[in-house]
Amino acid sequence: MPIENNVILELKDVDVYYGAIQALKGISLSIKQGEIVTMIGANGAGKSTTLNTISGLNRPKKGNLFFKGQTIDRTPPHRIVELGISQVPEGRRIFANLSVLENLELGAYIRRDRHKVKQDLEKIFTLFPRLKERVKQNAGTLSGGEQQMLSIGRALMSNPQVLLLDEPSLGLAPMLVKSIFKALEEINREGTTILLVEQNAYMALNLAHRGYVMETGKIVLEDQAKNLLNNQKVKEAYLGG
Amino acid sequence: MQELIQQLINGITWGSIYALIALGYTMVYGVLKLINFAHSDVYMVGAFAGYYSAHWLGIAENPSVPKAILVMLISMIVCSCLGVIIERLAYKPLRKSSRLTALITAIGVSLLLENGGQLVFGADPKFFPQLIEGQEIWSKSGIVISNLQLIALIASLTLMGILQLFVYKTRTGKAMRAVSYNIQVASLMGISTDKIITITFAIGSALAGAAGVLVGLNNPKIDPIMGLLPGLKAFVAAVLGGIGNIPGAMLGGLIIGVAEVMTVGYLSSTFRDAIAFGILIAILIFRPAGILGKSTTEKV
Repeated sequence: MPIENNVILELKDVDVYYGAIQALKGISLSIKQGEIVTMIGANGAGKSTTLNTISGLNRPKKGNLFFKGQTIDRTPPHRIVELGISQVPEGRRIFANLSVLENLELGAYIRRDRHKVKQDLEKIFTLFPRLKERVKQNAGTLSGGEQQMLSIGRALMSNPQVLLLDEPSLGLAPMLVKSIFKALEEINREGTTILLVEQNAYMALNLAHRGYVMETGKIVLEDQAKNLLNNQKVKEAYLGG
Repeated sequence: MQELIQQLINGITWGSIYALIALGYTMVYGVLKLINFAHSDVYMVGAFAGYYSAHWLGIAENPSVPKAILVMLISMIVCSCLGVIIERLAYKPLRKSSRLTALITAIGVSLLLENGGQLVFGADPKFFPQLIEGQEIWSKSGIVISNLQLIALIASLTLMGILQLFVYKTRTGKAMRAVSYNIQVASLMGISTDKIITITFAIGSALAGAAGVLVGLNNPKIDPIMGLLPGLKAFVAAVLGGIGNIPGAMLGGLIIGVAEVMTVGYLSSTFRDAIAFGILIAILIFRPAGILGKSTTEKV
């Protein structure tokens, strides 16, 4: 199949357990180069677990993960970043005790091409000008929205091919969510593939090309994003009727 | 007044050595959230490494400062290897276990080193060779400072200064701070957390090794359980400064050292060991996060 060549990230029948509890039950999904794919679902559906499994923080008990055709089931988290997959974790998780600049520098920890890193830093400042104003400030003093921008900027500093985002809209004012999503669109236009986990299904499906709906560890629906927006079940469960 | 100044000088000297040991506790706690009880015995091994290397190199017969530095470096290297081995064999397999399991293991490693030390080095105290001839370099208006005291102070401050530069100015130091803030997120930055943990053990143990030699210089009786009490006091120092906080460990060490010497000087030497633990109880009641420790808040 020619489409296969285009697939950058693929999960095949993945099971993940936390102790005795099964968090993922046979998850399969594939993401093509340049796509924005979203995963929506309620709390505890396994969305974050899926992202953390891709990032290597969880190990699948069964099933396989492929990045550009190469298995990454047993690859440690830091090697996953080196391969080109970067995550914006849930709740920002910026290094509050470090400055904004140090946070961004840590994002580029794996890179040795100083000149390119500097260019990317400038790119991030163009994308999020507020970060430039606060570059020397302790990251813990930033507002929630600024912290989210920093978290995204930090993940971009590794120059990833795939960007994983875990609920970037969480706890942010609607205006801020809009500007964050606009930034994501721009990041994608520059060629970065995006896997976006969201509770804000309406925003996510409007941004994404395709979507997966998760329920209690399983993928229950998969379609083009605009079809999901019009799907009666999705409307009732996630879009408020 | 002179007595007070004299006591203060003695206290700072001891305190700077406590601080060196406390740094190892605090750094390891920072990255692993583990109180490494074996650390005090690494310090003991440091003293013995100094003892044996001085004899093998024939330095004991012919003392000088460069040779003393050489002995200290050897001791630091030995301890740093020991620290890394302990981490690999005892703690790394428990990375996913509960913190209590790791803590009990740390106590086990400590007992192993103490009793193993008695087996290998012998239980009798040994006399640390005079690497530098002790002399008074300042003796005016009743205040006496010996060159050994000054060397201990300068060496500790230098090592702490280098550590501070390393942690705050280098890429690895930045990674270390990231790991200590949140190990999982640090790994998402592409930081090999295992590598950083190894480096942390290597540095912390090297500092303990240096402390072992510095104590040997000032207080030449060494034995395999010599680490027990200074280790506990250094641990108190780390808690006092705010466990996980590097400047805090330095500050805590100095406070404990001065408090101890002052207690001996002005109260009674009976309370020498009680004061450190009295401070521990007080700090746990009134400011559990320590002097420089911050209770972390998180924006949601």
